[in-house]
Amino acid sequence: MKIAQEIVDYVSALSRLSLPEGEKAAMQRELEKILQYMDVLEGLDTAGVEPMSHVIPLENIMREDRVMPSQDRGELLAGAPVPDQEAFLTPKSVE
Amino acid sequence: MTWETVIGLETHVELATKTKIFCSCTTQFGGEPNTHCCPVCTGMPGALPVLNEKVLEFAVKAGLALNCQITRRCRFDRKNYFYPDLPKAYQISQLYLPICRDGAVSLSTPAGEKHIRIHELHMEEDAGKLVHDPWLDQTRADYNRCGVPLIEIVTEPDFRTADEVVAYLEHLRSTLQYLGVSDCKMQEGSLRCDVNLSVRPAGSAQLGTRTEMKNLSSFKAITRAIAYEARRQIELLEEGKPVVQQTRRWDENKDATFAMRSKENAQDYRYFPDPDLPQLFLSEAYLERLRREQPELSPAKAARYRRDWDLPPYDVQMLTSQKALADFFEQTVALGAPPKQASNWIMGQVLGALSARGLDSRDMPLTPRTLARLIQLVQSGRLNRNTAVKVFDAVFDSDADVDAYVKEHGLEQVCDAELVEDAVAQVLADHPKSVADYRSGKEKAFGFLVGQVMRRLKGQASPPAVHAALHSRLDK
Ligand SMILES: [Zn+2]
Repeated sequence: MKIAQEIVDYVSALSRLSLPEGEKAAMQRELEKILQYMDVLEGLDTAGVEPMSHVIPLENIMREDRVMPSQDRGELLAGAPVPDQEAFLTPKSVE
Repeated sequence: MTWETVIGLETHVELATKTKIFCSCTTQFGGEPNTHCCPVCTGMPGALPVLNEKVLEFAVKAGLALNCQITRRCRFDRKNYFYPDLPKAYQISQLYLPICRDGAVSLSTPAGEKHIRIHELHMEEDAGKLVHDPWLDQTRADYNRCGVPLIEIVTEPDFRTADEVVAYLEHLRSTLQYLGVSDCKMQEGSLRCDVNLSVRPAGSAQLGTRTEMKNLSSFKAITRAIAYEARRQIELLEEGKPVVQQTRRWDENKDATFAMRSKENAQDYRYFPDPDLPQLFLSEAYLERLRREQPELSPAKAARYRRDWDLPPYDVQMLTSQKALADFFEQTVALGAPPKQASNWIMGQVLGALSARGLDSRDMPLTPRTLARLIQLVQSGRLNRNTAVKVFDAVFDSDADVDAYVKEHGLEQVCDAELVEDAVAQVLADHPKSVADYRSGKEKAFGFLVGQVMRRLKGQASPPAVHAALHSRLDK
């Protein structure tokens, strides 16, 4: 599958990523290469093969509804890009 | 031209589990910001979700009660969008294989029976709360609510009026409360509703262009938003302008809907199966167990009340609309109160006392034991109805001991025949004119004499006993 420049722009806009002009061509090539794997798969005869969403043959992995201590807030916030005592801070995203 | 309004609903319901959908953090409402969080629900790299078994159980129970087909093999998908209320940049939801499909509910509305089809019901996680900080000009994210389990229930566009929408939501709320699946408190956001609305010429089989309304947090807001949006669309079409498909926000203060910014309208979620969560397979034994555990829901309960106790339809509807009220009623009856008496007390005094205090039936301070005892005292003639109402008002908030209260305040009804006889004799002696009036046919005089006897006995005599004693002397 061919990736047009517009698709690169569209996907980066959806992800809120601003790609420098110089990186767009490289990104375009990389995405194309990734999608070439799909072309390989397209070539296989899958008639009569059940669709699969997981490669690991597991099902019904669940946990009991029992409360466990949450993470310490200070530790949790320590990795945030902007330091704050209570919350994760992001650029203005609500009015 | 006559226009027809066509409405479909998407309802999000927070499930009443103890923990979040994919981690063991508490779901408790409130709490200091980001104190009910862990690496899973804050989307730390490498953290892995594990499904809470109660979420699956609640979703299936809700689906069974809404007459849905249960998807035996189901899984979760990622809905990708970049917005800081979800730190993973995707919401775990279900698109391809929702847990329940093709349900239906029957509603009784003033205009008659109404059938609403349920398109699907799926499981997903709630998002966090964003608050703008005007000092820093930044947005503060609190992820306490992030990962709280939700079910989203999507109907077909089967509604034609706001009344039908409200009837459906009331039915949904009652059903989910009966199941214990959600508390459905709209004011705390545990039941939220998006309304999809379009209009078309009456009789047309084609659907018009629809808009989606968000931010509807009460039945009143829903009713008004539907009226506003239908009028807005009809006016556009009558002016020959098109309706634009968009998401609109209801503004309660301005009483109008407004288009949300186009950025919020960008809808390309690029769904794909979530590789972190293995598939679910629901065995027949599992479904059978959940079917057996289903409680009696309000329609079945209402039918039973009418059949077994012959209660009026309005009483039955009120008593069964809320599980807590129905439980209270049934327990009072189980303690020996005659059903009709119990129903009268609940419909009158109990509902009155709750609404005067702004209380929900789930927060009832009175116990069935106290009400049953009060009813018993009236039945046995030890309290008259008026005194009993006073006792009720006095003990409602504290659920105090009725017998102790009656004794302490000397309220017990005079049932000693001799005391009543003495009082009657005294009153007849004191009011010879009234006696003469009564005997000459003035019925009014009888009421006066009853009042005088009651006064002598401080209002604590049983009216039938006083009537009988007076008649036996006067009618000789
Ligand atoms: Zn967590």
